[in-house]
Amino acid sequence: MSDLFQCSVREISEKLKKKEISSVELTQKSLEQIHKTEPQAEAFLTVCEEQALAQAKKADEVLAAGTAQSILTGIPMAVKDNICTKGIRTTCASRMLEHFIPPYDAAVMEKLNGANAVMVGKVNLDEFAMGSSTENSYFKKTKNPHDLTRVPGGSSGGSAASVGFHEVFYSLGSDTGGSIRQPAAYCGVVGLKPTYGLVSRYGLVAFASSLDQIGPLANNVEDCAFVLETIAGKDPRDATSVDSRKADFSSGLGKGVKGLRIGIPKEYFGSSLNPEIKEKVLNAVKALEKEGAEIVDISLKELDYALPAYYIISSAEASSNLARYDGVKYGYRAQEFDSLIDMYRKSRTEGFGDEVKRRIMLGTYVLSSGYYDAYYKKAQQVRTLIQQSFVSRFEQVDAIITPTVPNEAFRIGEKTDNPTQMYLEDIYTVSINIAGLPAMSVPCGKTSSNMPVGMQIIGKHFDEKTILNVGYTYEQIRGTF
Amino acid sequence: MNYETVIGLEVHAELNTKTKIYCSCANEFGAEPNTKCCPICSGMPGVLPSLNEKVVESCVKAGLAMNCEITEYSKQDRKNYFYPDLPKAYQISQFDLPLCHDGYVDIYVNGETKRIGITRIHIEEDAGKLIHGLDGKESFADYNRCGVPLIEIVTEPDFRSPEEAHVFLETLRNILLFIGVSDCKMQEGSLRCDVNVSVRPEGQKKLGTRSEMKNVGTFKGAVKAMEFERDRQIAILEQGGTIQQETRRWDDAKGESVLLRSKEDAHDYRYFPEPDIMPIHIQAETVEEIRKTIPELPNEKFKRYMDEYGLSEYDASLIAFHIYFAEFFEKCIQEGGNPKAISNWCLGDISKILKQKEQEADAIPFAPKALVELTKLVEADKISNTSAKKVLDRMFETDKSPETLVEEMGLLQISDNSFLEGIVDEVMAENPDTPAQYKNGKTNVLGFLVGQVMKKSKGKANPQMVNPMIKERLEK
Amino acid sequence: MITKETVQYVADLARLSFDETSIEKFTKDMEQIIGFADKLGELDTEGVNPTAHSVPVYNVFREDEVKESFPRNEILKNAPEKDSEYFVVPKVVE
Repeated sequence: MSDLFQCSVREISEKLKKKEISSVELTQKSLEQIHKTEPQAEAFLTVCEEQALAQAKKADEVLAAGTAQSILTGIPMAVKDNICTKGIRTTCASRMLEHFIPPYDAAVMEKLNGANAVMVGKVNLDEFAMGSSTENSYFKKTKNPHDLTRVPGGSSGGSAASVGFHEVFYSLGSDTGGSIRQPAAYCGVVGLKPTYGLVSRYGLVAFASSLDQIGPLANNVEDCAFVLETIAGKDPRDATSVDSRKADFSSGLGKGVKGLRIGIPKEYFGSSLNPEIKEKVLNAVKALEKEGAEIVDISLKELDYALPAYYIISSAEASSNLARYDGVKYGYRAQEFDSLIDMYRKSRTEGFGDEVKRRIMLGTYVLSSGYYDAYYKKAQQVRTLIQQSFVSRFEQVDAIITPTVPNEAFRIGEKTDNPTQMYLEDIYTVSINIAGLPAMSVPCGKTSSNMPVGMQIIGKHFDEKTILNVGYTYEQIRGTF
Repeated sequence: MNYETVIGLEVHAELNTKTKIYCSCANEFGAEPNTKCCPICSGMPGVLPSLNEKVVESCVKAGLAMNCEITEYSKQDRKNYFYPDLPKAYQISQFDLPLCHDGYVDIYVNGETKRIGITRIHIEEDAGKLIHGLDGKESFADYNRCGVPLIEIVTEPDFRSPEEAHVFLETLRNILLFIGVSDCKMQEGSLRCDVNVSVRPEGQKKLGTRSEMKNVGTFKGAVKAMEFERDRQIAILEQGGTIQQETRRWDDAKGESVLLRSKEDAHDYRYFPEPDIMPIHIQAETVEEIRKTIPELPNEKFKRYMDEYGLSEYDASLIAFHIYFAEFFEKCIQEGGNPKAISNWCLGDISKILKQKEQEADAIPFAPKALVELTKLVEADKISNTSAKKVLDRMFETDKSPETLVEEMGLLQISDNSFLEGIVDEVMAENPDTPAQYKNGKTNVLGFLVGQVMKKSKGKANPQMVNPMIKERLEK
Repeated sequence: MITKETVQYVADLARLSFDETSIEKFTKDMEQIIGFADKLGELDTEGVNPTAHSVPVYNVFREDEVKESFPRNEILKNAPEKDSEYFVVPKVVE
C-alpha cells in the first residue's frame, strides 16, 4: 500500500483511468494511512472523511463516464488550513478561528473541485502562517517525516509533512516569505511558490497581501506542474491576479537545460550557510552544467536588506489584515469583559498566540504616526531596489539557483525562545516574495544526519515553465539519495 | 470685540451606483438588516475587494462638475481603526492621492457670487449601522450599508458664516443631483457632513483653533451646529479662555455639541497603500469622455436664465440652483411657456403650496405642459388670475387638465360684449345715483360697480372689458 | 530605543493587552526586531520610488452589476453573539 503512495500523480491517474483502482478505494487508503500515521505525524487539523468519500464517489462517476478532464480527478490531497473551504472549518491554526466555518470556497478550491480532486483534510500551519516551524500552531506540533524530533518547517508544515508522510499525493500551501519552499526543503518534497498574481488569493486568509501566494507541494516536479496548471489563472475577484498566458506548465518538461544560463549569486553561499548544504546545492548545479546549462556567477547585493524589509512590510500588512478578528463577526470572543474595548482587547489577547501578537505589534508600530517614513516607506523603497536588482540579473541569466534554507530542519523547541533567530531561516526565500518572482524548492541530497537538503530555483516573472524544466531535468539525473 | 467665523466642510455623499464599492451586493437603502451582505462586505477572512468602475467614474464626474484637477495616478489606502460598524477594522479610502483635487464651486449668496475652494474629492466605503439596545447593555450591528460607495468632498475654510456654508450645501446637493451621481436623500443619510469651525478677532490673519463636529445629518442641523459652535467659541474667548482643538459630536435633538475627543486622543489611523487594489490611472481621454456626460450645471443655468429669458438675478438663482425647479421650468419653456410667467408661477403659488406640503419641486403632480396651458388661459383672458390660482390648487389634487377644471369650476371668463352690456346696464339701473357721485369726485364707485358686475356674473366677467363699459356710463 | 510606554501605546492601537511580565518580554522582542529593521537605514534610498505592488498593473475594475447577496443566516452563522437579524456587541458608547 505504501507503494501506491510512492506513485506520481501521472501514475496514479493512469491507474484510475484504467480502473485498476477506484477513487473511493484510493481515498479510503489515504484515510487509512492518515489514521495510521497521524498519531506521530500530527499534520492534519481536520480530516473530512465523509466529504472526501462523497467527492471520490463523484470522481468515480466522472471517470466512469470517461469525461475526466483533469489529471487530478479522483486523487486525494490536503489543503493548508488558511485556505477557505465552504462548510469545512478553516482555523488558520489559531484559537481565534477554532470554530470558523467559511460560507464560501476559495478560488483555488473551486478550481480543484471543478477538477474533481478529492480533499481528505485540512493541514497544520504556524498560526496565521506566521512562523518557520509550524510550532506556532494553537493545536498541535507537526513532525518532520525524516525525523520525528524535528520540525517540518513552516508555515506550510502540515502541507509538506502530509506529502512527506505519504498521507496524500500533493497538497496546497501558501508562501509569504518562504512558507512553501522552506518546509518543502526540510521535508524532502518539491514546493513551488508561483509568481505573485498567477494564482488567485481569493479565499486565502490574508497574512501579507502583497506577498502571499498559494502554491503546490508534491513528491516531484511534474506533479507540482499539474497542480499549478489547475489552480493558476486570472480571477476577477482578485485584482492582483494577472492574465497570464494559457497555464500549460507540464507539457514543456523534459526538453533539457542545454544552453540555459543559470545564475549563482555568491551572497547566497556565504559563511552563514551550512557547508553540507552548500556542497549539495553546488553538486546539483554541477550536474545541470553537465547537462549543458551555462553557469554564471552573479551578485545580488541586497540580500541582507531583504529580511528586514520583509519583516516590516509583512508585519505592517498583517497588523491591518488581522484587525478584523475582534470577536464581533466570527471567531473567539472572551467570556468576560466590562466594555466594548475590553471585549476587543481580551478577545484578541486570548485568541492570538505570541508570534502573531509580535507581528501585529511590529506592524502597528512601523505604521504608527511618526515612524511610517523611517520603516514602512523605507522598506517599500528597498523593495524597489530588490526588484530592480533581480530584473537586471535576469537580463544575464534565465534562472537563479540558491540553497532554499541555510540549515537542515532543526529540533522541535530549539528556536522557540528567539524570534529573530527563527526569522533567519527565511533569509534566502523572502527576497523572492518581495520581488514577486516564482521559485521552487527541489530536494538535492541529504546531510550527514540524514536530513533533506533543498535547492531553490528562481525564475523570471511568470516564467514558471523554465524553473519547472530545470527542476524536472535535475530530478531525472540526480539518482537516489 | 467683533469676531469673524471661519468654516470648512467635509461632505460625504453616497453614490447611487447599482452595487457597492468593493462587492456586487446591491447598493440599496432600507432592506431588512444584514440581507444585503456577502463575505466581502461583511469582512470575512480571505475575501478581497474589487473596485466598482462606476464609482471611479462618478467621482471624476463630480470632480469635473466642481472644476477639479483629476489625479492621473491615484491609489487607495487603508485607514485603520476598530469600531463595530467597520467589519474589516479598516476603511478603504484615499489618503495622499485623492481622485480629484483643487477645484471650486461658485455660490450665490446675498446677491453676490462667492467662490468656494474644493480641496479634494476622494472615494471610500461607508460603514454599517449600529442600533443601540434599550437596556443599555448591547448594540446591534447591521452591515447592509458597509461598502456603500461614498465620495468625500473637502472644502477650503472659505465660509465666513453658517449661511454661506448652508448655501454651499444646497448648491452642492444640486450639483450632485444634476450630474446624477447621488440621490442626496438627507432622510436616508446619503448626504452627511462634518463641520470645522473656528473664530478669530476681526482683522486677524491667522486662523483660530478649530473644532471639528461630526455626525451632522441635515442642512438645518449643520447651520444650527455651526451657530452653536461659533457662539461657544466666542463665549470662551470673551471670558479670556482659549479654544482647544477637539472633535465634538453634534446632538441635533438637544441642539448642542458635546466633546468627543481632544487632540491628544486623536486617532492614529496608520494609513498605508491598499495592497489588494491596483492603482488607478486616469488618462486624459477618459477625463474628456466623462466631461461629455456632464449636463448644464446650476451656475451655467443661472447665467442663461438671465441672458436668454430675461429673468431677474434673484429669480434666476432661485430656479437655477434648485434642480427640480430648473428641470420643471425648462420643460415648461420647451412646451412653449413664457419664461417670465412660468418663473412667476414657480416662485409664487407653486412654491407656496410646496412649502405648505413640505415638498420639493420633484413632487409637483402635474405635467409642465399643464402649467403652460394654465398660463395660456390667463394670457388669452379666458380666466382671471384669481381663477387661475384656484385652478392651480385643484391641479395639485387631481390629474384633470386646466381646461377641464376651468370648465368644471365654471371659471371661464365672459368676454361676450352684449352679454356683459346687459349685466352692466342692470347694475347701473340698480345704482342710479352713482354717476352723480362719480362726477362729484367719489371715484371709488367705479370699483364698487365693477365688483357688482363680477358678483352677478359669478366672477366670470372679464374685468378688463367691464371696466371701460362702466366708466363710459359714469362719465356720460 | 523602544520604551515600555511605546509598547503600551502600540498595544492600545492594536487592541492587545499585556501584563507586567509579558510587556517586558514584548518590549525586549520589539527592541530586537526593530534593531534588526534599522539595518535598512544603511541603504541609500534617496529618490527611489516605493513599490506597493510587485506587479505593475493599473485599473483593475469590476462592472457595476448586481449579484445576489448571501442569506442572512450565512452571514451571521459564525458570530459569537447574534440574534435573528443582527450581530450583537457590547454597548457602543461614543
